[in-house]
Amino acid sequence: MARSRRARVVLALLATPTLLFTTTACLSSKPEATGPTCDTSTPTDLYKNPVTLTWWHNYNVPAADPVNKPGGLEYWQKVADDFHALHPTVTIQITAVESNELQRTKIPAALKSNDPPDLFQAWGGGEIADQASAGYVKDITAQTKDEVANIGASSSIWAVNGCQYGLPFRMGIEGIFYNKALFAQAGISAPPKTMDELNADVTKLKGINVVPITVAAGDGWPAAHWWYQFAIHDCPATVLAAAAKDKNFDDACFVKAGDDLKAFVGTQPFQPDFLGSKFGSGANPSGALIVQKKAAMELMGDWDEGTINGLSADGKGIGADLGWFPVPALGSGGDPTVQLGGGDGFACSKNAPPECVEFLKYIVSPDVQTGYAKLGVGIPVSKGAGPAITDPVIQSIAQATNNATSVQLWLDTQYGSAIGDAMNAAIVKIFDGSGSSQDVVTAIKTAAAR
Amino acid sequence: MTTTDSTPDLAGRVLTRPARLRPLPNSSRAARSRRKWYEIIGLTSPALIIYTVFVLLPMGFALFYSLFKWKGAGWPAPSDFNGVANYFKRGIPPGVIFDSGFQHALLNNAIILFGSLIIQGPIALAVSLLLNRRFRGRAVFRLLAFVPYILAEVTVGIMWGIILGNGGVADSVMKSAGLAGLIQPWLANSKVAIWTVLGILTWKYVGFAIILFLAGLANVPDELSEAAAIDGASWWQIQRHVTIPLLGPTIRIWMFLSIIGSLQVFDVVYVTVPRGLRQAGGGTTMATYMVDNGFFPQLWGYGSAIAVTLFVIAFAAALIFQRFFLRRDLEGALTTGRT
Repeated sequence: MARSRRARVVLALLATPTLLFTTTACLSSKPEATGPTCDTSTPTDLYKNPVTLTWWHNYNVPAADPVNKPGGLEYWQKVADDFHALHPTVTIQITAVESNELQRTKIPAALKSNDPPDLFQAWGGGEIADQASAGYVKDITAQTKDEVANIGASSSIWAVNGCQYGLPFRMGIEGIFYNKALFAQAGISAPPKTMDELNADVTKLKGINVVPITVAAGDGWPAAHWWYQFAIHDCPATVLAAAAKDKNFDDACFVKAGDDLKAFVGTQPFQPDFLGSKFGSGANPSGALIVQKKAAMELMGDWDEGTINGLSADGKGIGADLGWFPVPALGSGGDPTVQLGGGDGFACSKNAPPECVEFLKYIVSPDVQTGYAKLGVGIPVSKGAGPAITDPVIQSIAQATNNATSVQLWLDTQYGSAIGDAMNAAIVKIFDGSGSSQDVVTAIKTAAAR
Repeated sequence: MTTTDSTPDLAGRVLTRPARLRPLPNSSRAARSRRKWYEIIGLTSPALIIYTVFVLLPMGFALFYSLFKWKGAGWPAPSDFNGVANYFKRGIPPGVIFDSGFQHALLNNAIILFGSLIIQGPIALAVSLLLNRRFRGRAVFRLLAFVPYILAEVTVGIMWGIILGNGGVADSVMKSAGLAGLIQPWLANSKVAIWTVLGILTWKYVGFAIILFLAGLANVPDELSEAAAIDGASWWQIQRHVTIPLLGPTIRIWMFLSIIGSLQVFDVVYVTVPRGLRQAGGGTTMATYMVDNGFFPQLWGYGSAIAVTLFVIAFAAALIFQRFFLRRDLEGALTTGRT
């Protein structure tokens, strides 16, 4: 008897909150999706009342020599201080967090709370579309017309249905970072332009006992980028556009991308323990092999030079030996000037004061962008800031970015985190040898339906 | 070593039992009963409130969310209602039960569960029987056996991650010992990773089993083994027929803790096995699968369904074990509230 009474009490306790939430859920409804009309109002009482802006960004590593060669962390602090000097009513509090942690954990959790940061890092694509439809981000269309015009087409990655929700400060294509000295030692005269040349160079580099390509498959996404590269060369632009818009992945080219990747992985171009290697951190970071001159190439975005340098004791990496070339026409070739890229931007949360948008405009203003270009940590988006780039590797990336006929956004960013994560996981299984090309498409479809 | 005897306890309990009073008048009995209830409510409500807010409420939330196809924006809308499809649907997208990734994680949990019982149990028993004998430096050895358990899981994970990395300490030691042929990609291969994790978990938790067993052995009266020795039993026979049977309750409690721990293991795996390797299925457990496939992709509805499934499995395992193995040990240990 005593036991069954106790059981009833437990059941009742369990049922109460469940019932309670069911009722509340029925009463509340989802925030309305953003319509085609954008915000047209302009703020009137700017800088009248003191405001404190919280700003979350991902330049969390201090520079080795902050005085003579400042990095992103030091520069953003200077930008915030300068803005405060211009507008003393605005105080800016910065929180710098490691990128993956920031994107996957901190920002999603904060946006769900009542106290999100005012200005936060935004990677565009499906992610900002999700945030906009959830009503988390501020519509900044009216306030940023001039900036959008200056930045050009790439700002559309931070727009949803024609309304602007964020602005980029950095934008670039990915390519292959390589050790020029090792290439010369292996008898490679020029960087590869085709799949066959790449395969031949892989063989030559193995000949001098060097890992041809290092990949941080332990983090998932750096491995997935190889599949993205095959996909953008195997799939026509129209198919990629349909995939981005309607999540339609029925075209056979997506399976072919997996087959091509499988064949490439089969030639063993990567370090043997790639699944234990993370990007820029952990016991075996992929870039460490470049620093130790044990690996010759790495496929990565324009931030990789900073990461490689940061992994060396003196902060200089392999110095002038580091070179860069655009990804060769992989797979069935396709258009070699189609490139894969992405950028970093910022967005203001829904209830941030209008000064947040003004500060965002300041960040992408030509002066601040010129200062950013001089850092050598990424390619600025603002017209006129380009010539300030002094780093030769960043210069060549900026040039290739300009030469690209079209830039496809990172596929995981494009499709949003649900599809992106499932897609990356299925691609890693191809690297591992336990997954098939069809599995990638199935995983994408499963995640889209989830 | 002092021998412990359970009789004083029993005697004490008998003595302290309040003498039965003669029946009180009705009004006074009611007042006493009211006072008793005030006391119960007053003393238990802080704990009850905390338990409700931080345990029952989140469980209710998870159960509620798991019925929706919901990505975490605002509240789930009625149109997001998905019934039990997050649990039981076949086809695309499969529910938790039919998700091959989850099944794989469950298999890994089973490997950890049975591996822990089969490997840790005998090792801990042997070591604790050894450490139960009197010899110089016994305290030091006991301490050493327990040290890994004191370390935080994350510390253990990072430490083993460095030791077992490619070209790390483990590989160098094996090379020097002429075992180069046995070197594996410990934390870089989807088939090897789960066994590496099992090894790390064994290293960490065997100390806990040893300490538990030693505490249990302290309660085995010396008189029994002395009597057995006088009857001519060898040391082995004494252990086999006297000590280990008397250690039964301790072993069963350890098994219970080990089973629950194995089903919920998260931190060591999360820290030592990189995410890409977990995505490839290496070393994934139900708990890491939940974070990788619910939290990171922001699929809160499906993630909650994984969480609830994990809870049901652990709860069922606990109940079954209690029902069939712990019943005898728990008899008399639980107060019924009746005098």
